[in-house]
Amino acid sequence: MGTDSGTSLPSASRRKFIDYLLGGGILAWLGTILYPLYRYLTPPKVANVSVNQVEAGLVKDFPLNTAKIVRFGRKPVIVIRKKTGEFTALTATCTHLDCTVQYKSDAEIIWCACHNGKYDLNGNNISGPPPKPLTRMVAKVQKDKVIVMRGEEA
Amino acid sequence: MNKIVQWIDERISLEAARKFAKKKEVPVFYGTVWYYLGGVALFLFIIQIITGILLTFYYQPGVNTAYESVKFIVSKVEYGWLIRETHSWSANLFIFFIFLHMFTVFFAKAYRKPREMTWMTGMLLLLVALGFGFSGYLLPWNELSFFATRVGTEIAGALPVVGDFLLKFLRAGDEVSGATLTRFYGIHVAVLPLIAITLLVIHLLLVQFQGMSVPPKLEKNPALRRGAIPFFPNFVLRDLTVWLIVFNVVALLALLFPWELGLKADPLAPAPAGIRPEWYFMFMFQTLKQIPAHFLFMEGELFGILVFLVGGIIWFLVPFLDKHAGDPDAVSSKRWTRIGIIVLAFIIVMTIWGYLV
Repeated sequence: MGTDSGTSLPSASRRKFIDYLLGGGILAWLGTILYPLYRYLTPPKVANVSVNQVEAGLVKDFPLNTAKIVRFGRKPVIVIRKKTGEFTALTATCTHLDCTVQYKSDAEIIWCACHNGKYDLNGNNISGPPPKPLTRMVAKVQKDKVIVMRGEEA
Repeated sequence: MNKIVQWIDERISLEAARKFAKKKEVPVFYGTVWYYLGGVALFLFIIQIITGILLTFYYQPGVNTAYESVKFIVSKVEYGWLIRETHSWSANLFIFFIFLHMFTVFFAKAYRKPREMTWMTGMLLLLVALGFGFSGYLLPWNELSFFATRVGTEIAGALPVVGDFLLKFLRAGDEVSGATLTRFYGIHVAVLPLIAITLLVIHLLLVQFQGMSVPPKLEKNPALRRGAIPFFPNFVLRDLTVWLIVFNVVALLALLFPWELGLKADPLAPAPAGIRPEWYFMFMFQTLKQIPAHFLFMEGELFGILVFLVGGIIWFLVPFLDKHAGDPDAVSSKRWTRIGIIVLAFIIVMTIWGYLV
């Protein structure tokens, strides 16, 4: 702002230098405050529970044409026993907006109550808003137990 | 009492405050009743602060305590049910009256120069109110609120660029969990109240500084006006009378129509049939439900979110877009009124449709 009329006043470049120093200092100071705040608000990584297979229960606990949701690591998985007696397992999280799906035994489809999304028993999205199919898991019967494992693609 | 006033007056002149209070007049005409709506919203906000503070005395956030403590409040604490029901009902009416206030202001074109800032602070207050609703809904940790939060945060997560950060920031992780609950609690009882009170003070000071707006039609044709009454104390006393009526209505609703607590949230249970968000999110929920999975090279929900986002920004900036708002005969002014009618009709139709299916 000041006019440099004499040599006694600091020159414009010196003033500018001081301004930059001050401004830079304030920015750096703000940075040291904001960075820890930003990091504090970012939640710490929870150790990923790496699960390769879980027991879904005994075969006799699955009547024909019913389903059960089991925990697979931190995600829910839906295990369905079809009318034919075969087992099938799919991730239970709707690909639309993250709700948990359920098995509709009357229509033999997988249904999401939140936005009326529908999937067939292979996990393919057949109607409603879901953009992608559910991820297929492998369901096997070992002796009298139903075992769910990761699919090849997952 | 007079002595106390005199004592204060001798130390700090109250003249300025008196003048400030007396300055405003309320025009009397067919639309005077609209001037009560903002005040009603303010009163409901005061009820929210009082009942909210009372609820914090017993409420405990946390996966194993939130649901149980709300249950404790409504079943064991004396009159705990009354405090919770009042908080829930007042919250819903608060948002309802903000919407009503907003639309009357919109159709009266009260946002036009020089009241652009009043409109924008009001819009931000509406956003804060919706934030209050969304964050408060999760706190009882029941089945409905658990899935509403999963869907709501997932929608935020679908936003381009900032979505991923926003999702993790809101959920405090990848999933809705106990960490989300404590975060929402902090936002609901500390962050949002601070923002709301700051905005509210600005909003009210602007109204007091600028006085009441009248519709352009009235400005052009003063014969429609039937005089004016002083804001203080005349209109304030009327305001208080309306507040008393509203208070009784809230109390009656809280008594007769309790909000159910529902079942405790279970991360392994499927979303229950008939799940729906709070009514003020219903029109968005219903719209998202109708959009197909893929639309114009993008996922349908992203398209819907972008439409609402752009629509909200336009609505926020309407004082700058409706350039001839002061002229009731201007074509562009009439066009904005029509847009408002379409928006209002869309919200009403979508909301009703959402409840029918």
